[in-house]
Amino acid sequence: MRFLIPLVLFIVMVAFLAVGLRLDPREVPSPLIGKPAPAFNLPQLTESGKTFGNQDLKGQVSLLNVWASWCVSCKQEHPVLMKLAKQNILPIYGLDYKDEQDAGLGWLKHFGNPYAASAFDADGKVGIEWGVYGVPETFVIDKNGVIRHKHTGPITEDSWQKTLLPLILKLQNEGSPT
Amino acid sequence: MKYGVFLFCLGLLFNVQAIEIRQFDDPSKQQAYENLVKELRCLVCQNQSLADSDADLAKDLRSEVYNIIQSGKSEQDAVKFLVDRYGDFVLYNPPLKSSTSLLWLGPFVLLLAGLAYLGFLAKKRSAGRELNPALTDEDRRRLQELKNKLKG
Repeated sequence: MRFLIPLVLFIVMVAFLAVGLRLDPREVPSPLIGKPAPAFNLPQLTESGKTFGNQDLKGQVSLLNVWASWCVSCKQEHPVLMKLAKQNILPIYGLDYKDEQDAGLGWLKHFGNPYAASAFDADGKVGIEWGVYGVPETFVIDKNGVIRHKHTGPITEDSWQKTLLPLILKLQNEGSPT
Repeated sequence: MKYGVFLFCLGLLFNVQAIEIRQFDDPSKQQAYENLVKELRCLVCQNQSLADSDADLAKDLRSEVYNIIQSGKSEQDAVKFLVDRYGDFVLYNPPLKSSTSLLWLGPFVLLLAGLAYLGFLAKKRSAGRELNPALTDEDRRRLQELKNKLKG
């Protein structure tokens, strides 16, 4: 009985630590979830003269992957994106964030281009509109152009199978845009 | 070698922190800007304010804040701009709502729990004293007997 209270306090503390230490402090919840994709219209990285904007994100479930040639974790993520692009589950769009055009193009040429289209955000203004704070980041956008999920950090096989793919399949089964 | 040390010291002399020069057309705007960047949190280095952080994003966000303030909008507008995009996380002083209630009320809950426990202990002690009154009449009689023995 004497030890009951310290024991309970200890267990509560361990429980808090067990949860707290597993949380990733870099994962900041995005206030944009459930809201329409922020409006933007940017030149495309690969097709000069063409633009890419939020209007292009409507009509089907898609991914918007924020990347940059200077981003180290993007290199780790890239093979996963290449594999996903080959599976043709949904279009993956790129947002080349605060990059040099030549460096961005060089990256795609060297490692391969998984993107159906890449918007080129040279000064990072569109990145701010999307609440980007650390590349890579990936947004899941539904048929109506509404952001439904944000994945911070590189997509891994694990996060794809456990979170992203089930969500995408669910969204693809939702009603078509009205 | 001597030259090297000299140059190093000279370097130290001029090694002042890089400060961004921002021109304001109104001192109150400058004040607003300086207050804001101290109260807003950098998302890249999470324990630094926008003012302290050297991260690229912090620079961009500082210039967004500057543009908002300089264009004559209020501090609330600048805060709203960032909260709309990055969430309450950017605020060092988050608003009280259901998702932050634990943060705001937690310390008071702990304080109340501590006080309740203290009250419980105090009550237990005073209750214990009533159950065992200091001395019974029999005790007093024996005490007196012992005292008399010692004297005698």
